[in-house]
Amino acid sequence: MTTDAPATLTPQTANPKFEETVSSVSVASQWQLMWWKFRRHKLAMAGGVVTIIIYLIALFTEFLSPWPGHVTISANHTYAPPQPLHLFLQTPEGTRFLPHVNGYKIEIDREALRRSFVVDEEAVVEVGFFVESWDYELLGLFPTNIHLIGPKNPAEPMYLLGADKQGRDLFSRLISGTRVSMSIGLVGVAVSFVLGILLGGISGFYGGTIDNIIQRVIEFIRSIPTIPLWMGLAAALPQTWSSLQIYFAITIILALRAWTGLARVVRGRFLSLRTEDFVLAARLDGSSELRTIWKHMVPSFFSHIIASLTLAVPGIILAETALSFLGLGLRPPVISWGVLLQEAQNIRTVATAPWLLIPGLAVVVAVLAMNFLGDGLRDAADPYNR
Amino acid sequence: MPDDILIDIKGLKTYFFLDEGTVKAVDGVDFTVKRSKTLGLVGESGCGKSVTAFSILQLVSPPGKIVEGQVLLHRRASQNGSLSQATEIIDIAALDAGSRRVRDIRGKEISMIFQEPMASLSMMHKVGDQIVEGILLHTDMTKEQARARAIEMLGLVGIPQPELRVDDYAFNLSGGMRQRVMIAMALSCNPSLLIADEPTTALDVTTQAQILELMLSLQQEFGMAIMMITHDLGVIAEICDEVVVMYLGEVVERADVDSLFHDPKHPYTQALLKSIPRLGFSRQGRLDPIEGFVPDPYNRPAGCPFHPRCTQMIPGKCDSDHPDLIILPDGRAVRCVLYEKEG
Amino acid sequence: MNNDNNALLEVKGLKKHFPINRGFFQREVGRVKAVDEVSFFVKSGETLGLVGESGCGKTTTGRCIVRAYEPTAGQINYVNHRGQQVDLARLDNRELKPYRRELRMIFQDPHSSLNPRMTVLDIVGDPLKVNKIASGKELEDRVATLLRRVGLRPEFMRRYPHAFSGGQRQRIGVARALALDPRLVVADEAVSALDVSVQAQILNLLKDLQAEFNLTYIFIAHDLSVVEYIADRVAVMYVGKLVELAETEELFNNPKHPYTEALLSAVPKPDPRLRSQRIILEGDVPDPANPPSGCYFHPRCRYAKDRCVTETPELRDIGGGHTVSCHYAEELSLRGISALVQTS
Repeated sequence: MTTDAPATLTPQTANPKFEETVSSVSVASQWQLMWWKFRRHKLAMAGGVVTIIIYLIALFTEFLSPWPGHVTISANHTYAPPQPLHLFLQTPEGTRFLPHVNGYKIEIDREALRRSFVVDEEAVVEVGFFVESWDYELLGLFPTNIHLIGPKNPAEPMYLLGADKQGRDLFSRLISGTRVSMSIGLVGVAVSFVLGILLGGISGFYGGTIDNIIQRVIEFIRSIPTIPLWMGLAAALPQTWSSLQIYFAITIILALRAWTGLARVVRGRFLSLRTEDFVLAARLDGSSELRTIWKHMVPSFFSHIIASLTLAVPGIILAETALSFLGLGLRPPVISWGVLLQEAQNIRTVATAPWLLIPGLAVVVAVLAMNFLGDGLRDAADPYNR
Repeated sequence: MPDDILIDIKGLKTYFFLDEGTVKAVDGVDFTVKRSKTLGLVGESGCGKSVTAFSILQLVSPPGKIVEGQVLLHRRASQNGSLSQATEIIDIAALDAGSRRVRDIRGKEISMIFQEPMASLSMMHKVGDQIVEGILLHTDMTKEQARARAIEMLGLVGIPQPELRVDDYAFNLSGGMRQRVMIAMALSCNPSLLIADEPTTALDVTTQAQILELMLSLQQEFGMAIMMITHDLGVIAEICDEVVVMYLGEVVERADVDSLFHDPKHPYTQALLKSIPRLGFSRQGRLDPIEGFVPDPYNRPAGCPFHPRCTQMIPGKCDSDHPDLIILPDGRAVRCVLYEKEG
Repeated sequence: MNNDNNALLEVKGLKKHFPINRGFFQREVGRVKAVDEVSFFVKSGETLGLVGESGCGKTTTGRCIVRAYEPTAGQINYVNHRGQQVDLARLDNRELKPYRRELRMIFQDPHSSLNPRMTVLDIVGDPLKVNKIASGKELEDRVATLLRRVGLRPEFMRRYPHAFSGGQRQRIGVARALALDPRLVVADEAVSALDVSVQAQILNLLKDLQAEFNLTYIFIAHDLSVVEYIADRVAVMYVGKLVELAETEELFNNPKHPYTEALLSAVPKPDPRLRSQRIILEGDVPDPANPPSGCYFHPRCRYAKDRCVTETPELRDIGGGHTVSCHYAEELSLRGISALVQTS
């Protein structure tokens, strides 16, 4: 697109008929162009919104959880089914706005000799918003005890998504798990970012033998089946390590493979940029190699890197979920979606307490959202249509 | 003579409906192509010449669309090699782009060759097979007959040892060879019109000379009409009989080749001829460029599309009134208010 | 270098070979002799045209001169602003740095020669920044002056390349080349990618700038009419070798090499009354990795004799600065374009 007023100074342009309409497109930086292109991709926008929401949840987990995730609310209520939240109460006088959940009553199945909880329509447990409950520090800085939702009477159990085998609130644990599952993706990607850019850049910029070697190493790493590789590495971790140490060890293990994808993207970009005239022009200006790479080449593919990183995060989330599910990744008391799913491993549990599979749904939503977002970013990464 | 007319384009408009706006790539184009003659379609980037060619063959894909106009093909049935008097007139623009009738015409009545042969030749198939495919689609020949014809065509376009080259792959051949293969493919079904879209722009000048020579000799032999689309006025002068000059989607001048070069009427044509270096004359004085640049298709100037760059612009008229295409007494056409009296 | 000719640059025996590597270990199986022993000089203040078809090595020669490539062999003798002669081919990167200011390049493709993610200010100003000549406000002023000189409005310096047309982008490229006050500018097909009507604008601009700044140009092109307009002397290349060099008028009216004759004849003239008998060459341009024996042009030459198949002709001076590499240059009488001037 060009502006309709000529930038050249000629007798014709001195003619006042030429009005200067400075099209905003002409001064749009690559980021603005990218944003405009991204905006048109509706699915990607939706993915972006959902991703932001999930990360906000991860940030404010304590505020959003009615109960602390690792605490048994009521030892009597193991495998209690979910109590859906109702906003209106039907009374003999009519409908009232009264957020509540229905309490439990115990049913005994004489034939199967099983005791189970069933939601009791009669029992009303009032639920409040912004209630005072257990103490925590908001964002790690502000001590408070306000929570978004909780029973008005803290002695009453409230299991919005049901209870697990230790009577802990799945809803709260799910929210707590968000923080670990989503952050492990970021940390893992940060590690692979460094490795990927470095090795991919060297490979693409220098070419020749170095490129050959690095590419073969990448192919070798990628050819190893992931689950056995991760299992092996995870099993090698000492049992005595603290949760935090294990957390970082797991992220490194996962990043060890994730960097290869990024390295390839970076290498490809370098190879194609090397032949561009403007890179040669920079070198002919006297620009050093490092400066050329940093000032002229990196801005050209930075958007592609962001897209690749965004697409790498779901992979790491899925990997952690898989490892923890198998019992080889993070372990309790650390809460992640994978850890939560680990408790839903056997058929009996799934049959009697199917709500324990809900963390799987959370993984699906998060991964899909980030994939759509990443797709949109990748399509918008080159706004110049060339 | 109406008998001579092969293609008659009337009021053709092809628009592209994009997010940023509507691009009127072809905005009311009229001209005719005569049988066995060569028409040149010349203009710079953004003038719409390629889109016109694609419109003739109904090859414009969404978001582009022919919104108005007719592309009348005067098809003559030929019986036993002699041409009958019966002429069937088909409006290609009215046909459905994917229909059988259009596909019947494409490759058979009207063929096209492109600037970049690698773009239209498949890497995965032998060149002979690609020619044979076209022949089998449009004729009743058997595979053996088609292959023989393919070898014959390759020989006709000047490829040495055609019986060996017929089994070559496109990447084995040089640029000039590939272009010849494209021509062989295009002529294999004996079309009445060959549309050539910048066929020599990507070639070296000596190879270009070979290909132009080839096209002229094939025209002598097969009698097909040629529509040569190019921005190179030298090529136009070398091989065309008639010329249509386009600017920003409109026809601005139509004339026979000699009149166009020696008595150009439209200010754009005049300015264009003054701005190109000519071998043998360049040392005498300065080139006279056309100031400014081709406008952005989303921001077409009001009135005459060329007025912002025109040295003979009349303020108050050219910037507000859109000039009609004026037909001059000698059959030439000009779209300029300077000739209003003569038309 | 004997500098009777007031030469600014002399290329002597320049060679640039590209290895062809095959196999897992990238062994060299052959060489593309892109530039195969080329010698010529460029006078200070003149425009030397370098013409030829694809694979002739003109672009590679240009890039060797500005040291975008490292020559395989040969000398590039340059007279610097202090009058000292220096062989650019021998310098390493660090020693070359000051010369990067004196020899600059204008590129062919207006789209890929400007970084789409940098503003015009960044693009034209970067050479000034790299060489620590100016920064901040002074940089902006200098860039504004440069833009004005090439006919662009300085207010547009905050825009990105996608906002400009092809011709305007070439002007930006010219401004960038001039930013360091060069003495020699290599224009590598600088107008080939532009619309016909815009080419004239850029050619005139180049001519004006040459007069204003006393620049020396090496103008690489494949379009002979353009070269005739802008060049003082013209060198014709074929498959990596220089086949003829002469003053423009002399070359065009009185060519001495059969290839030059064929080239001139092949150019389509924009005048239907000049549809003369053209010389149509047989065959294709040879593969520079596998050139013919003897004189590279012999397979396509209508005057070729036995000697041409076995013996490679030397580039020799046949008088008046007209050099040619053909065994039979003195005997052949070839047609130039003078025939055309008469008919008009």
